[in-house]
Amino acid sequence: MTGTERLRTLGLLAPAYVWLTVAVFLPLSAMAFFSLLTDVSFGDRDWSFTLANYTQALTNPTYAILLWKSLRLAFWVTVWCVILGFPCAYILARMIKGRSREALFLLVILPFWSNALVRVFSWAIVLRGNGVLDRAVNAVSPWEVKLNLMFSETAMVIGLVHSYLPYVILTTYLSLQAIDDTVIEAARSLGARFPRILWRLILPLAMPGLIAGAVLVFVPVVGSFMEPRLLGGRVGTTYGTLIEDQFVAVFNWPLGAALSFILLAVVLLILAAASPALRRAAT
Amino acid sequence: MIRHALARAYLGLILIFLYAPIAVMAVMSFNASEFYALPFRFSTEWYERLFTNDEILAAAWRSVWIALVVAGVATVLGTMATLALWRHDFPGKRVLQALLFPPIAVPWLITGTAMLIFFFGVGIGRGTPAVIIGHVALALPYVIVTVFARMQSFDRALEEAARSLGARPLTVARKVILPHAAPGIIAGSLFAFAVSFDQFVVSYFLAEPGDSTLPVLIYSAIRKGFTPEINAVSTIIIAVSMAVMVLAARYAKFGGTR
Repeated sequence: MTGTERLRTLGLLAPAYVWLTVAVFLPLSAMAFFSLLTDVSFGDRDWSFTLANYTQALTNPTYAILLWKSLRLAFWVTVWCVILGFPCAYILARMIKGRSREALFLLVILPFWSNALVRVFSWAIVLRGNGVLDRAVNAVSPWEVKLNLMFSETAMVIGLVHSYLPYVILTTYLSLQAIDDTVIEAARSLGARFPRILWRLILPLAMPGLIAGAVLVFVPVVGSFMEPRLLGGRVGTTYGTLIEDQFVAVFNWPLGAALSFILLAVVLLILAAASPALRRAAT
Repeated sequence: MIRHALARAYLGLILIFLYAPIAVMAVMSFNASEFYALPFRFSTEWYERLFTNDEILAAAWRSVWIALVVAGVATVLGTMATLALWRHDFPGKRVLQALLFPPIAVPWLITGTAMLIFFFGVGIGRGTPAVIIGHVALALPYVIVTVFARMQSFDRALEEAARSLGARPLTVARKVILPHAAPGIIAGSLFAFAVSFDQFVVSYFLAEPGDSTLPVLIYSAIRKGFTPEINAVSTIIIAVSMAVMVLAARYAKFGGTR
């Protein structure tokens, strides 16, 4: 690259990276600093450095239970998204052709781009006691059924799966579509039946997409607070709602920052564990 | 044949799962009862109330213009960066590309609270400027991915041809590269608009009370005890975002052709 070209490249890149620095990297560093303070460092308040926020965040058993609960919630939401999403992606990528595929694909990922909050709210209407689902089930069931799904962990899982399912379908679809047809025909001509082709050929080749999708679901769900609040009610306290409370209700920002950093550490560990597979998915 | 019928039935079930609650919400927004009571009685009362509710209208308007500003800024910055990364190979490029993704890989809750702390510390505080700065950062990766995907199909020979005919670099960029990138840029800006318009978590921490965006207003309204007006406005939001996405998809061609 010549000197002018280098300058031009730098000029094109700089605005985006300066913006990301101001909006993402500096704030994350500020939060790290903040998590080590005794009190907010604004105005004329007294503050000093301390590790107390981390000891409190790590030793309080309630916080540990909530972190475990959030991880478990994210695990189940991810599992359901994969179970429901893989067949859907497979059908779209390998069984349907032409214009109807384009239309169906768009239909499947369209909700992903509509407001998450609004979709959670719509589940609240469906699941509420004596709501639409209750009535629909009772209309076909010969005996009275009391579902009472609202304000339960089930409601939270349903709402979150609804929010994040399209991610898994999208990433899995992309890796399934990239599979060369001739590979499958070769396996078939060598006498392999469908279950064997699925297990030995399609699943391994789709794995990068599935893992990428699973990570895209797991990461935001661990930190979710809006869905648990709206669909979980009293049982909907999670690590995410705990952090939210520190910032908007209790105003203990240093503790909130420490809790956020612990969550970030957990998420980064998970991303690191998945990164070999993700790198394969990217190429 | 049976396998195909089963496959279509499965797809049908998934689509019902994805769309049923949205449909219920849309139908209920036309129900006269405040408590979603059945039987259904048609009424447009909630829409009429919505259009006289100044608080909701102000938040909606704020959300729209914030999304327009965000789309504009993110598209320009993102397109510039993409073209630089696409044109040249240089040491550290992979690191730079990896650095684009923290806005997606870090949970929004953490990004949002970190921005709140930082913007307070440097004196920007909460409010619309903070929301815009935050949204642009979240939207950038989407613009970059979309424009990059489009540039994959660019034939470099075209650029060489233009150069050998005597075109200067700026002319090549304006007359050859940008026209090819245009559909990706349009799709990217629509994505950026949607990201900003739908963003709740970051807006929630950065918006000033009384000066909130539509999703933040809806969240607090639901927590106070919801009214069907929220149904009505939610239905409109869904309809608008889906329309925007259908437009974006026409440019981006997700399904691919085979």
